[in-house]
Amino acid sequence: MTTETLIWLIPLPPILAFFLIVLFTNRNKALSHSIGVGAALLSWIGSMVVFVRAIGVENLGKTPFVSSINWLPTGDTWLRIGVLVDPLTAVTLFFVAWTVLMIFIYSVGYHNFGQPEGDHDHKGLPPHGATVEEHGHKHVVPSIEPMYSRFFAFIGLFAFGMFTLVVSDNLLTLFVGWEIMGLCSYLLIGFWYGKKSARDAAIKAFMTTRVGDVFMLLGIAYLYSVTGTLSFREIFSETTLHTLAAIPSGVLGFSTAGLIGLLLFIGTVGKSAQFPLHVWLPDAMEGPTPVSAMIHAATMVSAGVYAVIRMFPLLSLDAQTMSIVAFIGAFTALFAATIALAQNDIKRVLAYSTISQLGYMIAALGIGAYVAAAFHLMTHAFFKALLFLGSGSVIHGMEHGVLHTGNHKVDPQDMFNMGGLRNKMPITFWTFLLGGFALSGFPLITAGFWSKDEILADAFAHNLPVFITLAIAAFLTAFYTMRQITLTFLGEPRTEEAKHAQETPWTMTLPLIVLSVFAVGYGWLGIPEHFPVLGGLVPNWIHEFVGGTLAEHPEALDFNIVPLLTSLVVALGGLGLGYLFYRNVNSSTEDKLQIGFLKNKYYFDEIYDVVFIKPVTWFADKVVYQIMDKGFIDGILHLFGPGTQGIGDTIRNYFDLPVINRFLGDGSANATYWSGEKLRVVQTGRIQQYLMLGLILFLAIGAILYFFVLA
Amino acid sequence: MVPLSWYLIFSAALFSIGLFGVLSRRNAVAILLGIELMLNSVNVNLAAFWRYGNVTDIAGQVFAIIVFAVAAAEVSVGLALVISIYRKRNTVIADDIDMLKF
Amino acid sequence: MTVDQIIFLVVAVGTLIAALRVVTTGNLVHAALWLIATLFGVAVTFAILHASFLAVVQVVVYIGAIAILFIFAVMLTRKEMRDRGPQMNRNWWFGALLAAVTFGGLALIVSGWSGVTKTATAYPSDFDAVSALGNALVSPDAYVLPFEVASVLLVAALVGAVYVAFNRK
Repeated sequence: MTTETLIWLIPLPPILAFFLIVLFTNRNKALSHSIGVGAALLSWIGSMVVFVRAIGVENLGKTPFVSSINWLPTGDTWLRIGVLVDPLTAVTLFFVAWTVLMIFIYSVGYHNFGQPEGDHDHKGLPPHGATVEEHGHKHVVPSIEPMYSRFFAFIGLFAFGMFTLVVSDNLLTLFVGWEIMGLCSYLLIGFWYGKKSARDAAIKAFMTTRVGDVFMLLGIAYLYSVTGTLSFREIFSETTLHTLAAIPSGVLGFSTAGLIGLLLFIGTVGKSAQFPLHVWLPDAMEGPTPVSAMIHAATMVSAGVYAVIRMFPLLSLDAQTMSIVAFIGAFTALFAATIALAQNDIKRVLAYSTISQLGYMIAALGIGAYVAAAFHLMTHAFFKALLFLGSGSVIHGMEHGVLHTGNHKVDPQDMFNMGGLRNKMPITFWTFLLGGFALSGFPLITAGFWSKDEILADAFAHNLPVFITLAIAAFLTAFYTMRQITLTFLGEPRTEEAKHAQETPWTMTLPLIVLSVFAVGYGWLGIPEHFPVLGGLVPNWIHEFVGGTLAEHPEALDFNIVPLLTSLVVALGGLGLGYLFYRNVNSSTEDKLQIGFLKNKYYFDEIYDVVFIKPVTWFADKVVYQIMDKGFIDGILHLFGPGTQGIGDTIRNYFDLPVINRFLGDGSANATYWSGEKLRVVQTGRIQQYLMLGLILFLAIGAILYFFVLA
Repeated sequence: MVPLSWYLIFSAALFSIGLFGVLSRRNAVAILLGIELMLNSVNVNLAAFWRYGNVTDIAGQVFAIIVFAVAAAEVSVGLALVISIYRKRNTVIADDIDMLKF
Repeated sequence: MTVDQIIFLVVAVGTLIAALRVVTTGNLVHAALWLIATLFGVAVTFAILHASFLAVVQVVVYIGAIAILFIFAVMLTRKEMRDRGPQMNRNWWFGALLAAVTFGGLALIVSGWSGVTKTATAYPSDFDAVSALGNALVSPDAYVLPFEVASVLLVAALVGAVYVAFNRK
């Protein structure tokens, strides 16, 4: 089968899985997960085949795999949609396919497949455990998720959205995939819809990303109105880019290209949870952990960065836009890292860490480091997915302990309830450690080091303030990562529940192991040429391959010792300090970093509530509902009722009754009656009078006949 | 040498007198008397036409014979009816027999 | 004025006067008697017209049966022996008017007919009207059917009259 056909088919298995599960196999859990994992596997196979073929092509950037069809007639022309596999798409497909497949396999174990149904589990609430009799005494074991099949259906739809976005060759289908993922994030964050916090978090996520999406749609519409096309290859042609750069947009001195780029970037600000639209991501931890991994590591937030990377030729035309992008990226990176320091929930730390790392990538793009941003995107997907899945494994182990002790007041996600888990859950520990080191940028052996180092090198070369900000953020990243690892795994168990934690089944640990391989090894594909000792041994494949996507191949930087030293210092220093500080901390009261405004996320949620939510709610209630809907529209409708009645009454009283009832109806009856009454006198009953009448008539007719007819 | 018209006028006058009797008399029997007069005028007419036409064609007289029979039948039935009504309603005044009145 | 005409006029006028007395007299028995006179006058008219059989039948049937029947009827329907009193009903003048109009109309039609002034041809001396009538009444080529139907009619009238007037007491 040709590569182009295969590319079209890649998004197909997950959407088929969605429909099959929803329509047919919802009741059968085993069949549902088989369909789901099978679909992920098929897409994975397709993606791998396409990837292998793609890397074999010389100069894929100039001659990508393309296939498009006429889709929407627009007057004389057609809007075309189709697929495109250039180097950026190929590497993105690679990590998306792997992470999606790992998350699907992980979900089987996470939702406790094979376990009995819970004692009092409801659909819409997390499962609470089932009591089983074993060897005479009862104990509580984890129970299977009641909405098991639904989960696989939703993540299937999610995977479809992501694959569509990645392989699309135009902004329209990219936006379609974008919105599908937005929908699925709503469905999956609110998966346990019985919990109010989950429902609120789902709405918050959807609303916040929607704000970004509105601007993105404006950008798409603006782009279409100026260029008449949405297809990437046509937008990024020389002439189109020149035209866009040349025309001023009239807004604040941006060129058309800059304004479009800015609008599209705002979509990414929403989707990738950059400041100021970051508020939804921490709350999104309400969803099950595979969802967090999927949304916040592998796919959805990466889609935001992918979109900006894709639109890089457009954005780079305007210096103002680029500086806004760089600023937001760097600021977010530092801002989120500071908040992560004071979080106690194991998933929240990772959530803010994701925001921070995405800020890295955005900042890298803002300063023009195209390849570095793409590289960090790829490595981040792997180690962040690894970290999230690892945290899910930890939570599962802790929940086992909670079910054992029966004390449901203990939060299995609070790091201060953990400790010493390295002995109880070794596989989880070692993989989490590798992931954490990759996140911190542990030198040489982790992928995160290579990608972060490249960003820092680029920042140093082009934009010193960004460099300093990112360096501080890197230090904080290493610090809070080590804090997390120390509190969770090192030391001694601080609670009974932690003592009874257990390692998780193979369906959960196998994906961890696979992802950790990538978290370590992937970085070696991107060793810069001029790196001391190691550079040049292995060609910088990432730079060559991904760089080929752009029209002009970006040049490799000269090596500079300063960024390298900086990254070594911040990484190792952060890790070491983190371990030292938290070795002996046993509870949150001893933690000196539990500063109020850090813990409460700088009170941004409260600020947004007062500034945006409450006024809008007030407006919706008072103005739109009371005045416009009930008052105005209902008022018009209420006019119809009495109005119609009035018309009816008028017709009845002025036409129906007098004319039809009285004049025609009663009138004809009365006329008949009157004529009958008057004519009845003819019928006297006297035959002589009848005879006379007959005779008169006869004479009359006879006369007429005689005089007129027979004459 | 009597012209035919004299017989015809004669029978017309007889007919009209009978008609007057039918229309104006109170007593039901008297009405029947008037009817008899009318039938007789018809017979005169028929006989006159027979005589003043082709005498050998006896159809005129045959017609008159049949009229006799019919008249006889009619008067007998009519009088029987009058008698029956007289027995029922104790009156022979035609105006009083108005049960077909509205 | 020939003798025939004079005889005819006398008979006609007499008959008409008798007819007038029939319809105007108050006493019903008198009316019946005047009817007999009228019928006799008509019989004479028949005789003048050489319809001898008709004349005799007129006398026998009409006067001999029907008039008698009238007298019987008058007798059987007398209430308080009082057959005087007004014998004309309320609208008799309208009846008179109609009768006059009828006469006028008939006279008009008669006078408009072309053959009205015809005079009678001579009566053939060898023609036996009675036997011809008899033949005509029973001959299948002639009028036996009306004759038989008339007899049926008489039977029906007979039965009907008996039934209607039957005194069921």
